[in-house]
Parts: sequence; C-alpha cells; structure tokens
Amino acid sequence: MRAFATLLERLAFTPARNAKLRLLRHYLEATPDPDRGYALAALTGDLKLRTVTPGLLRGLMVERVDEQLFALSYDFVGDLAETIALLWDTDRDEDVPLHQAVALLSETGKAGLPAAIAGMLDRLGPSQRLAFLKLATGNMRIGLSARMARIALAEMGAPDVAQIEEIWHGLTPPYQPLFDWIAGGARPEQAARAPFRPVMLSTPVDLDQLRAFDPADYVAEWKWDGIRVQAINDGGVRRLYSRTGEDISASFPDLIEALNFDGAVDGELLVRRGEDVAVFGDLQKRLGRKQVGRGMLDSHPASLRVYDLMIWGGRDLRDLPLTDRRAALEAADFGSDRIDVSPLLDFATWDDLAALRADPPAPVIEGVMIKRRDSAYVGGRPRGPWFKWKRDPHVVDAVLLYAQRGHGKRSGFYSDFTFGLWEADQLVPVGKAYFGFTDEELRELDRFVRNNTVERFGPVRSIAPKLVLEVAFEGLNASGRHKAGVAMRFPRISRIRWDKPASEADHLSTLKAMIP
Amino acid sequence: MFTILVSMRADQILHPTPAGLYCPPGDFFIDPVRPVPRALITHGHGDHARSGHGAVMATRQTLEIMAIRYGADFAGQRQAADGPVRVGGTTVSFHPAGHILGSAQIAVQPDHGPKIVVSGDYCRHPNPVSEPYEPVPCDIFVTEATFGLPVFKHPDPAGEMTRLLASMAEFPERQHLIGAYALGKAQRLIMLARQAGIDGPIAIHGALQRLCDYHVEQGIDLGPLVPATAKQVDAQLVIAPPSAFASAWVQRFRDPVIGFASGWMAVRARARQRGVELPLVISDHVDWPQVTRTITELAPREVWITHGTEDGLLRWCELQGIPARPLRLVGYEDEPE
Ligand SMILES: [Zn+2]
Ligand SMILES: [Zn+2]
Repeated sequence: MRAFATLLERLAFTPARNAKLRLLRHYLEATPDPDRGYALAALTGDLKLRTVTPGLLRGLMVERVDEQLFALSYDFVGDLAETIALLWDTDRDEDVPLHQAVALLSETGKAGLPAAIAGMLDRLGPSQRLAFLKLATGNMRIGLSARMARIALAEMGAPDVAQIEEIWHGLTPPYQPLFDWIAGGARPEQAARAPFRPVMLSTPVDLDQLRAFDPADYVAEWKWDGIRVQAINDGGVRRLYSRTGEDISASFPDLIEALNFDGAVDGELLVRRGEDVAVFGDLQKRLGRKQVGRGMLDSHPASLRVYDLMIWGGRDLRDLPLTDRRAALEAADFGSDRIDVSPLLDFATWDDLAALRADPPAPVIEGVMIKRRDSAYVGGRPRGPWFKWKRDPHVVDAVLLYAQRGHGKRSGFYSDFTFGLWEADQLVPVGKAYFGFTDEELRELDRFVRNNTVERFGPVRSIAPKLVLEVAFEGLNASGRHKAGVAMRFPRISRIRWDKPASEADHLSTLKAMIP
Repeated sequence: MFTILVSMRADQILHPTPAGLYCPPGDFFIDPVRPVPRALITHGHGDHARSGHGAVMATRQTLEIMAIRYGADFAGQRQAADGPVRVGGTTVSFHPAGHILGSAQIAVQPDHGPKIVVSGDYCRHPNPVSEPYEPVPCDIFVTEATFGLPVFKHPDPAGEMTRLLASMAEFPERQHLIGAYALGKAQRLIMLARQAGIDGPIAIHGALQRLCDYHVEQGIDLGPLVPATAKQVDAQLVIAPPSAFASAWVQRFRDPVIGFASGWMAVRARARQRGVELPLVISDHVDWPQVTRTITELAPREVWITHGTEDGLLRWCELQGIPARPLRLVGYEDEPE
C-alpha cells in the first residue's frame, strides 16, 4: 500500500491531467495484481467497501490521545482522516498489501471493526495510514474519472480507449482479466448485459469549411443542449450511460422505466415538460443524485430525444449507412412519450442551414449537427463524417478583478482570471476563465496583472479594475452558489479590450437578461 | 551598608517587552524585533537578527551572516560570543541549537537566581549545515513551539529526498523548482540532495548565491552549483527562495514541477495553500516528539514558550505537571520563509 499511498498523495497535488495520467500509468505498470485493480477501483469510486463512520474514528482517538490535544490538532489540520493519520503513534511502517486492507474493510463485522482498524493503523507509517483511512471513509477526493483511468490503461498496452470502454461495464475489481488482456492475453468475454458502446463524436466546422462539401451528401438536425447519452435495454437489463461511459442510470429512474424497447440508442437526455424542452440548468438539478425524490421526478421529468440507433431488434446497425439507420429510427416504436426522435432539418444549401442555425425555434438548441448520409456509426471522433456547427457564443464585456498563478506550462504566469460586471457602482464577480488567449496575450495579461496589483493573497492577486475582457460563453444557468446568481458555461476570454474603459463594461442585468 | 543577597525572581531576569525579551540585570535584549542599545542574537534568520542595534553579541558565524545580509555596518559594535561572558550582572554563554549555520541557544546565569536558557529556534534532527543541538541544563527553559502540536512528527528527510528523486525520474523532462528559505534550508536541501546521490549541477536562484558561497567558505561542500539566472538553466533541480515563485523569474522554466521544503508541508491544507505540486516535509525546527523529549530531558522548573502553536505544548506541560507560560512574543514568523 506504500506505492498506493504515494500515488494518492501525488495525484492530490498534481493539477495537470497528463501528469496525473503518467503517475497512474507508472503505478499500474509497477504494481502487481490484485492490488493495482483495487487501487484503480478505489480511485474511480468503484470499490464498494464498508464505510467507516467519523464517530468510530474519533472513538479510536479519544482512547489514545488527550481530548484537548486532539481537538487542537483537528482544528489545525481540518480533516479527520488526516488528523488521525498524523496523530497515530506507532514506530512500525510495514508495506501492507492493498488487498489486505480491502479484505479487512469488506469482511470485518461491525463489532470487530474498531479493533481491526486500530490493528491495521498500528502497522502503518503516516502516508499509508492516510491512504487506509481515506479508503475506510470512502473519501478519496482525487478527481480521477473512470474515463481517465481507461486512458491510462490504454497507454499501457494494445487495446485502445474505445475497446476498453466497450468491455468496462462487464468488469469488476480487481479487473484481473482486463490487465491480462492489456499484457497481451485474450480479450475478456463481454459477460455483462447492456454494455456501453463507444459513442460517435463530431468535429467542429464553420461555414467556410462547409462550402467545400456538397450539401446533398448530408443531413442536419438540431444540436440539443442536454446530455449526450446512450440508452439501452438488453433483454430487460436497462442502462443509461453518459458519452464517456459513466453509468448514470440511478439518477434517472423515470427514463429507465420508459426504455420499453430492445436495443441500444444514441440520443440527448433532456428535461422536457410536454413539448417544452427545459433549459440545461433544469437537467443539471437531476445530475449526480443517487436517489431522486418524487417531487423532483414530477417537476423535472427526464426524457430522451433519439439521434441514432446502434443496436435494434437484435441487429447491430452500426456498419450500415446513416440513411438506413435513420429509416429504422423513424419506423421504430419506443412505446413511451418520454422518448421521441430528433427531427431532421429541411435545407438545400449551406446558406439555408446558416439561416436556420441563426434563428433556432427553441433556446435550448446549441447549433446544428451535420452528418454524412453514408456514414457508418464509428466510435470515437473520426474526422469528417459528422460535424457540429455551434451557435455563436454569447459575449459580455467584463472587468478583470482577480488573477491567480497557473501551474505546469503556465508556471509563473497569472493565467486564471476572475472577472466581474457592474451592479450600480460595484463590480460583482461573475465568473472565471483560464483559456481563450494566445501565449502572446498571456504574457501581456501577466504583465498587466503584475503592474496593477492592489493586494496579494497567496497565489491570488486583486487587480485594479481597469482592464475589460470580452468573455465568450455557451450558456447561462441560474445559480444559488454564485454571488451574482448566474453561472456561465465554458467561459473563455475571446478578446482583450485594451481600448475600452472599465466604466463601459456590461452590467449584471445585461447578463441576467440572457438567462433563457 | 549591608548587601542583602536576594535571589531574583525569574521574571526579573528576563521578561517580554514590545521590543523583545529583555534582561534587566544584564541590560540586554535577546533577538529584539526593534533597534535596541544591546542585543544578543541567537541566529541569522531575519525575524531574529535585525539590523540597527547599538551593540550585537552573537556567534561569529551569525555575525558574519548578518554582515552578508545587512552590510558590515549592521550594528554599532559587534562581539563574537566565545565561552561564558559577563554582561552586566549576568554571565551569558552561547550553545549550539542545531537549527542553521551559527545558530545558538543563549544561557543567562544571574549572580543570584535561576539559570535561563533561551533556545531560539532549535532542531535535533541531524543537519549537515549546523552543529548539533546541545542540551543545556537550566531552571527555566525558553522554547519555541513552531510545531507545537502532536500532529507534527517530521519524517526522515532522506525519505523526502527519495520522493523528490522519484518525481525527477518520473518527469525527467520537467525541471524541479523547490522553494526553500535562503538561509539554512536551501543549503540543507542541497546537502540532502548530495547525500541522496545527486552529484551533478544544482541550479540556485541569485538570492541564494552569497549565502551558499559563505557555507562553502565555512567548509560545507555544497558541490557544483550553477546560477538559475540565465535564460536557459541547465539543471533538473533548481532551488529558490519562496518569494521567487511569485516573480516573473519562474517564467523561464517550461512546465516545471514546483515544490516546497517546509515542516508545514506535513499538513495538506497548508501545502494546498502554497499551490505546490511536490510538498517536501523538511524542517529546521523541533517537531512534537523532539520538543517534548527535550523538556523531559532537561526537566526545568518552568517552561516559557516564545512563539508558535503554543496551545498544544501548554496543554502537554499541564498534563506532565510542568509549570509553563506563553510569552506570546510578536514579530517572529512561524517558520521564516
Ligand atoms: Zn530560525
Ligand atoms: Zn524563528
């Protein structure tokens, strides 16, 4: 578990995705089975163990440490597991295999748990103690998605990410068959029903690029602003996956119940009330819940708008041309009014399509999707057959308020910017952006920040409110968590308005008026 | 006339004032934070050793370090401590503190009254850049409590260097910029790197140059050092004072791993505040086991705590039945950075 503890610590402090991937891959390459499999599951939140309560841990401490000293320590450290890991008194530091810790946490009965945990802590040095306690409290907080884990696995051997995604949901920790496959062994049998299949993604396009193509070769449809999903009913086993293969079924029991078909379909998850598709913010309220209350199910009903059929009526349609799959889609009976079909757009020229895109019939449309009529359904992001032509972003002129130093390639540069809008004579922070500018612009912004610093707080500086940034964003949600009451989606700095005085920046009311 | 020999109370020998700890019978201050006529200084860190005093007594190395940092005229008079010296109605002596080069504890023995040892900042881990701490028996022990909570058990620095080396091997294309206080910590880090097997050039920020040169003059072989001031820095390991990380100096490095060497790095929230990728728990201060062991060994009648997280240490003294009181001196940093 020593290597696992080191990995946890490195991941916790490593901001860059590529560096995280390398740390993980090196760990997986160097660690034997079954420990690496358990580690992987622990990191992605797929390891189901008995969860140890904070009360139990506190109980262990008060038997060993003066209560006042414990309280002072906890107050200073701020995290219970970490406080205990640091306080525990032992001279031993055995390298206990991770699977032993996993066995302890999955097999020990409730009555024996405190003694078993104390016994384990007695054998471990501080960093392993912290790893063990994080495992025991089910609180890794590492920010490593299953998607990233699969990318790291794909870097280790021949199977690529799409191939790993395809079998992922049939696997359980410690994933021995998966590691055997990566090492050159046989591909694991897809044992699970309703497996995830790699999703076909599109590439961005603009009008100039489109002019090189014949519009007659393409169909187009609206790009709905929900969540791209794969919905499956495989012989009664029902699943809803995000486009990266996360199983989100538990958050959408209403839609799961409506999957009264046999097949696997590609579509957009939306909150829809009758004909009205709700804004993205409504859908967001349904995300990430392990249980959904009756009230939420009634007020925010989930629905599916189908784009494509992958498996239907026992047949795999993915190799067929899109026109054939579309014909099957239009003929399909989904047997539920929660499910409908994404309509095709009527256009003869790219200019027709541009006009439609400029004036969509609903605010929850993000642009148009353009797909070659003869395209097979290919997992991943093949260049060409499918395009997304997004609606032009919204923009506001905001004032730079705070800047924070970046990491990695941006070390030493102030590269994370908080900006605000006017409300009466105050500037209210409305969001943060850390991309959209060129390297040259980054240097200019960095210089501006250093020359206009008002105050420093650690890596953050407050800036004299002088510089106007044009901020582009894809949409807006009402947000209780943000001081301004709104949250931008994908904000980025589209232009630096060196020319514009701060007094002419936009008002918060302008932004709020954009909430659909 | 009769001379009545009255033993002085401890707080008549030494007590806190806004300028620092004052000794009336000797008419001197220890580590004063404001200019005073006569100062006894434990070590060269900026919060203990300030310029502008009338007269300064300190170890030869501390005086030389102060001259490097503040210029030769940092005080009106300078006296190198060498053996017991009479100062007013007291005898003072300097004893190694194990903290940084030249660091000392100051023992104050009044003609009549309890002996007081002011330990300054001290450390009992082996430290290649400092003489080891010497236990000095006393009636009153004045201690810091920078890491005065039982969560602080500084790990073996060699283990921390293993983590640094592992990161340098894992990311061979990235330079590792480690923040370390310019006096003491930086040189200790370099020595630890040498002991860990890094033989090649280590780059140092310009602010470290003169202090590193001085350590070399004092017989501490820091090995090949190159300046980290050029546009292109040819060393994978670069050491710089913490203040450099907020400056544009960092921009010459492409995608560096930024680390920091400090006892505070043991606590994740502290390490996160710093925004570092590689926290290294390396400290020049006593940790909890060391401070409690020192008090147990010295068995003073009373413990005074100068600065730090004193509540934990006060509670421990209470549990041990050792009278203790906080001096709550202001002007000293937790761990100078
Ligand atoms: Zn010091
Ligand atoms: Zn100090």
